[in-house]
Amino acid sequence: MSKQQPIFSCHDIHVWVADREVVKGVDLAVAPGEIHAIMGPNGSGKSSLANALMGHPAYTLEGRLELGGEDVKALSPDEKARQGMFLAFQYPVAVPGVTVASFLRAAVTAMRGTEVPVREFRRELLARMADLEMDSGFAGRYLNDGFSGGEKKRLEILQLLMLKPRFALLDETDSGLDIDALRIVSRGINAAAQQDVGMVLVTHYQRLLNYVQPHVVHVFMDGRIVRSGGPELALQLEERGYDWLTPQMGGV
Amino acid sequence: MAVNPRLEDLGSDYAQRYGFRDPEQFFVRTPRGLSHEVVEMISTLKGEPEWMRAFRHKALDTFLAKPMPSWGDTEALGQIDFDQITYFMRATERQGESWDDVPDDIKRTFDRLGIPEAERKFLAGVSAQYESEVVYHSVKEELTRQGVIFLDMDSGLREHEALVREHFATVIPAEDNKFAALNSAVWSGGSFIYVPPGVEVAIPLQAYFRINAERMGQFERTLIIADEGSKVHYIEGCTAPVYSTHSLHSAVVELIARRGAHIRYTTIQNWATNIFNLVTKRAVAYEDAVVEWVDGNIGSRLTMKYPSIILKGERAHGEVLSIAFAGPGQHQDAGAKAIHLAPNTSSKITSKSISKGSGRATYRGMVKVRKGAHGCRTSVQCDALLIGEQARTDTYPTMEIAEDQVRIEHEARISKLGDEQLFYLRSRGLTDDQARLMIVNGFIEPFVKELPMEYAVELNRLIALEMEGSVG
Repeated sequence: MSKQQPIFSCHDIHVWVADREVVKGVDLAVAPGEIHAIMGPNGSGKSSLANALMGHPAYTLEGRLELGGEDVKALSPDEKARQGMFLAFQYPVAVPGVTVASFLRAAVTAMRGTEVPVREFRRELLARMADLEMDSGFAGRYLNDGFSGGEKKRLEILQLLMLKPRFALLDETDSGLDIDALRIVSRGINAAAQQDVGMVLVTHYQRLLNYVQPHVVHVFMDGRIVRSGGPELALQLEERGYDWLTPQMGGV
Repeated sequence: MAVNPRLEDLGSDYAQRYGFRDPEQFFVRTPRGLSHEVVEMISTLKGEPEWMRAFRHKALDTFLAKPMPSWGDTEALGQIDFDQITYFMRATERQGESWDDVPDDIKRTFDRLGIPEAERKFLAGVSAQYESEVVYHSVKEELTRQGVIFLDMDSGLREHEALVREHFATVIPAEDNKFAALNSAVWSGGSFIYVPPGVEVAIPLQAYFRINAERMGQFERTLIIADEGSKVHYIEGCTAPVYSTHSLHSAVVELIARRGAHIRYTTIQNWATNIFNLVTKRAVAYEDAVVEWVDGNIGSRLTMKYPSIILKGERAHGEVLSIAFAGPGQHQDAGAKAIHLAPNTSSKITSKSISKGSGRATYRGMVKVRKGAHGCRTSVQCDALLIGEQARTDTYPTMEIAEDQVRIEHEARISKLGDEQLFYLRSRGLTDDQARLMIVNGFIEPFVKELPMEYAVELNRLIALEMEGSVG
């Protein structure tokens, strides 16, 4: 699909939660700057896929997982992160008492392997926050503590822009956003793509795709990708729903 | 966070930094065990007035007559062997007023603990107690000019006998509890502070307590009187070497805040894990006075300590902000008491505890409102954080409210350092250790931000140290 070497690829990925298989063989190859959308109904296993790929301890993952051509399957979540992998959470967790600024500074330091001078960090942080139309007071608030749904999602995108991963999974980043927030978040995603971040957007709405143009759309049902195509596939889903795809499943 | 612990500090440990010991050298020491002879010897050595000698003997009788507490960690308390403890040890012949006067080995100890440096940087006065007595004491001249008295308790008794006699044991009588009686019998050292009306001591006064000898008992006695409209902040810190046997620290601290006065008393307790830390702390707050206990308990085998405030005058306000860190084998049984005797008084108790491994944290608190004390407000908030499956926390809040027109808030929360928080932080590149430390630091942030900068740094460093390799 892409002429470039993929920054991220996975092959024959299976995921279990306890004894239940929730992802049943998934292949993906994402080039730098490329945006893939994974669309599917609720409960189809797409969030499980995103969390398991990042290394959430509740999931068991089988299959091949490569980042920049290197096998990262056995790495811990923090090692994957430091190799350039990122997950924007559907439900970001609150860490009371830790400010957004001090958290981001620690994370940026961990990712870049060297401490960024305070003033430089501050300048960068304020610039990215301005891009996302966030008030500067936001930096002093405790991480996700008492944040609205929209604020949490914006913070995930702020992290995406600050941590500069090579590949990012965005899990339902568009859910719970009003139209203004959706526009702002989309701008952040497009900016990341321009910086060559390869991305997989997990969503069950088409509306994000009005603002973010995906290169590839995958339809995900019952733990599998049942169809892949260009942006037009998302529009078909919008018009016709998922049901028309169901009969094909047996044949995949 | 106000202050981030530096990651390179993660490698050190208590034994290296505080756990070192000097050879036991002493000028005078009483034989092990407790008796009227020992009490007599202490009083004679100090050349005390007759009333104090009599007070000690009577207190010893009280101590001997009182049973051990039947509540709290009775199993741990039962391990204290009162016959094996040394109750008084004079390490040096005289107290130093300049750092050069302090005997070399003791000086090295406090140098290693960073005391002279702290004094130069941000203290209005400092007192350093080694075993039973204060070995170094200094106070900035300006304070003396303003009439502020900051002395070790023994000197206070000698130089201001009338003032001491008028207030000593008025807030905590010897009969109050078994350990207050013990302290009253064998007390030595501690601080005596008097702040004249209207005087504000701008930067903190500090006392540092060090136990060096094995099976030693330290029984300092502190009395702070803040006269009308005055203000003072006192900070104490404590450490000891690591021995396999137990030592005992049993202090009595009395605070008197007269009309409109403001006292803040900050403790960073970091005793070695072989120390029993059984302390009675109580304050009386008169009309419009404010008393704040800021109490951090990191070390010790067992701590039982419930800083109290008696709100005696109208509109008096009391706050107790505490954190306790109970690592494996430790029990922090801590809490607070607020006794509302006058109308329109207010109190706020915030207790945060962290239990890790087999560590156990207990909150034990009491709020009382007397009949007629209308318009009182009180809020109690207890937050416990558990790390690992074995960690334990208990909450025993008691409220006795005899008045209808009061506003009471109580909130208790227990959280576990959870997989979801860890996964979130680790997905941002932080290692497991870094992620845990960040969560814990966030948890104690409301406490840390009340500390002077230097102490905040130190506390964060201590927590980093305790959190090291804390998986499960």
